[in-house]
Amino acid sequence: MTGRRGFLLGFLLVALLVAGGLSSFASSSPDGLDTVTLHGCTVTETAGGEQLDGTCIARNAGEHATAGSPLADYAVFGGEGTVGLAGVVGVLVTLVLAGGLFRVLRRRSPAGSAPSRDD
Amino acid sequence: MVTAMHMSDGLVNAPTSLVFAAVAVVGLVLCLVRARADLDERTAPMAGLVTAFVFAVQMINFPILPGASGHLLGGALVAILVGPWVGAVCISIVLLVQALLFADGGLTALGTNITNMALIGVFTGYGVALLLRRIARRSRGGLAATAFVAAFVNTVVASLGFVLQYAIGGSGGAALGTVFVLMVGLHALIGVGEGVITAATVGAVASVRPDLVYLLRGTATPLVRRSAPSPSAPSPSAPSAPSSAPSTGGAA
Repeated sequence: MTGRRGFLLGFLLVALLVAGGLSSFASSSPDGLDTVTLHGCTVTETAGGEQLDGTCIARNAGEHATAGSPLADYAVFGGEGTVGLAGVVGVLVTLVLAGGLFRVLRRRSPAGSAPSRDD
Repeated sequence: MVTAMHMSDGLVNAPTSLVFAAVAVVGLVLCLVRARADLDERTAPMAGLVTAFVFAVQMINFPILPGASGHLLGGALVAILVGPWVGAVCISIVLLVQALLFADGGLTALGTNITNMALIGVFTGYGVALLLRRIARRSRGGLAATAFVAAFVNTVVASLGFVLQYAIGGSGGAALGTVFVLMVGLHALIGVGEGVITAATVGAVASVRPDLVYLLRGTATPLVRRSAPSPSAPSPSAPSAPSSAPSTGGAA
């Protein structure tokens, strides 16, 4: 059996490779939900963003409150070809937040008990 | 290019957003309380990594039809690996990071997105996995099949969450029947991809560390449970007690 530490590092490496590398090959077509909300509209790319014509749910969508974020739309400062970098940052931020929360929540082994058999 | 993938602001009206924000908060508080029992020195780091992994894989939109794609939701994936209570928190953290940092998923839509993907998706996936647990525990293939089915069902049922919210307070733009048919049809296709990714991930973890798969708890290699021995419980070395008794008696 792989040691726990090695396993966790391997898991992290896979996540980083997926977000940092594979993400460049992701489909840019609208996902299931967006396909439904765009149903009935034609989308035209304009200098000011996407223009929707027709009747569809997405016409009610508001501008995103964090659209000015440096990582908005999975790009670093809107730069071309930065999706991988944005993904790596996202993985690390998520790991720190989730890892920190779960660490705080976890049940601690009682003081003085034998150390757990980790590996 | 990675496209936005969750509900934006404004697709449902404010009262509906508020109601589902309340549902999400109540559900999440319950999950946080119950998650404690499933988190220890071994599972807490695993849960953190599973969360980061879901964030990564959600970025990968795969084509399902010409002009349409899908991506992992992750409900069954987290439920099988870290349990439903921790799992719902994992998905919520992903949605929070995406909404706050990546402008993906509206802030007022956080309640609806968390309800659909973190609560409905995770607990549906877990329910299906529980129903199939005997098959999952029988063999590696059984586990993969269970993961596939649970993931497929969680995708379709989570998509019904949006249909429900649109029915209650949709801002209009499409007929409810059309929304229902399109959502379920598209998410049945996405569910196949979700099933493949979930089966592959759960299978890979189980082949290396079956002890870190929540659904397999109690069947895999016997583990020393930290919480089991309490100070008052009879010591397993009780038969040797008489030999030590005289020495304690002598000291008194």
